[in-house]
Amino acid sequence: MNWEAVIGLEVHVQLNTRSKIFSGSSTAVGAEPNSQASLLDLGMPGTLPVLNREAVNKAVRLGLAIDARISRRCVFERKNYFYPDLPKGYQTSQLAEPIILGGEISLNLEDGSEKTVRLHHAHLEEDAGKSLHEDFHGMTGIDLNRAGTPLIEVVSEPDMHSAAEAVAFARKLHAIVTSLDICDGDMSQGSMRFDVNVSIRPRGEQTLGTRTETKNLNSFRFMEMAIHREIERQIEVVEGGGEVVQETRLFNGETGQARTMRIKEEADDYRYFPCPDLLPVVIEEADIEALRTDMPELPDARRERFAQQYGLSDYDAGLLSGERATAAYFEAVVAECGDAKQAANWINGELAARLNAGEIGIKDSPVNSASLARIIERVADGTISSKIAKQVFEACWQGEGSPDEVIESRGLKQMSDSGELERIVDQVIADNPDQVAGYRAADEKKQKKMFGFFVGQVMKQTGGKANPREVNRLLGEKLDG
Amino acid sequence: MALDRETVAQVAQLARLRLDETESAAVTDRLNEILGMVDELQQAEVADVEPMAHPLELAQPLRADEVTESDRRDDVMGLAPAEEGGCYLVPRVVE
Repeated sequence: MNWEAVIGLEVHVQLNTRSKIFSGSSTAVGAEPNSQASLLDLGMPGTLPVLNREAVNKAVRLGLAIDARISRRCVFERKNYFYPDLPKGYQTSQLAEPIILGGEISLNLEDGSEKTVRLHHAHLEEDAGKSLHEDFHGMTGIDLNRAGTPLIEVVSEPDMHSAAEAVAFARKLHAIVTSLDICDGDMSQGSMRFDVNVSIRPRGEQTLGTRTETKNLNSFRFMEMAIHREIERQIEVVEGGGEVVQETRLFNGETGQARTMRIKEEADDYRYFPCPDLLPVVIEEADIEALRTDMPELPDARRERFAQQYGLSDYDAGLLSGERATAAYFEAVVAECGDAKQAANWINGELAARLNAGEIGIKDSPVNSASLARIIERVADGTISSKIAKQVFEACWQGEGSPDEVIESRGLKQMSDSGELERIVDQVIADNPDQVAGYRAADEKKQKKMFGFFVGQVMKQTGGKANPREVNRLLGEKLDG
Repeated sequence: MALDRETVAQVAQLARLRLDETESAAVTDRLNEILGMVDELQQAEVADVEPMAHPLELAQPLRADEVTESDRRDDVMGLAPAEEGGCYLVPRVVE
């Protein structure tokens, strides 16, 4: 049987406000446990929530970026369930009247095709605290610093059909929210968390199969793994004569294993009802327009601009324009060195490889944009060869100093016009009389092949520092002459 | 519409309320009385009425995004039955 997977995503995006959505507590990460939990965050009786304007504004900015309908009026509701990291016994969320309705996100897939994923809605809600299961001798520790951090939950339509499409969607949303500066995008800190709904159906079938939900994936890689596994699992279940059960699953990225967390409760088990502590939120058209005029450049527009302004290939433009930090780094390098093509090659090549291997964000790159620009300049002005440039990059990465310092201290300057290079070329010719005789006797075609031997010898003698163009010129003169 | 005992037991479970047989019977009767009133309300003609999320004709005031709260942990943590390392302790919960 030929199966088609159907995938929908729910993405929790932490909004980067200074204070919480309903209280004046700080949202800064890394504070002492429970030092940023006010009486309201703790669910103390007698406290009342007051909505953070900036959380609303950031949600509206997202709505504008994805071409969605901004609700002029939205309503907070209580989602009731018991869990120790949810002190009030309910999460303040939205259901029937969310702040954002519809919208769409376009994806550029790796095979070069484009795809549009529709969004169902996005709603504002508060984050819960954290349950810590280690180090409390059989008890669970509760840290409520995160309780009340504003979230916007983005719910897609089930428009994706492979793990690759789902990951492309997740990356694009990441690029959009970081470009909008409504989320810091730090996945390792849980700033974006993905719930993945997966079902399968025979290809060509219109009705949806029973879906499962895998919760709380916090990296693109884990998400991809989890979706692959879940599609395989469902196919095995169905082809083995069984039925997929609607359930919530947990995926462990370390082991690559998923397991049942709970059989899905019905939605109304949360007994949503409008929160009596909060009035309906009214968003004025004028406020929406003010935010619209203040929209930053978004990934798609930036991609187009990079291709045009810098003459980059579609592929390079796509890689460089997605993340705001990468785009900023690229533009800083180009501003310094003026060579967009080289900047793109370095950033998408050497730099990307090193950052990925070390799981380092480009903002924290040991080689900053000024240093990379300097390396590119030093190749352009003939100070070093492009091969040596990789060594300089590596040394800078290891913290040996600025490119010029590394070139100086390691003696990497290319020999070009000096008599030194000519002396080495003469020496190589003198040391290899048989090869020289052979070369001079050979026809032009053979000569071309043999020429490389002499170049290699000169490079060996100079430790790779000879300017290749100079070497070719000198050798040509002396061998042919 | 009338609630049966099973539904009441399920709602009680969701609300973490422990009801014995007598309480459960009494609560079922009272809830059904309330639902009877709701049934009566359902008769009202509401085709032209917007659903109401709040009885007041007001909009939610918004506050500026400023940190106004200071650390109250020491005041509050003393109220907890168990704490360690700045965390509140609860019986182990693992999903």
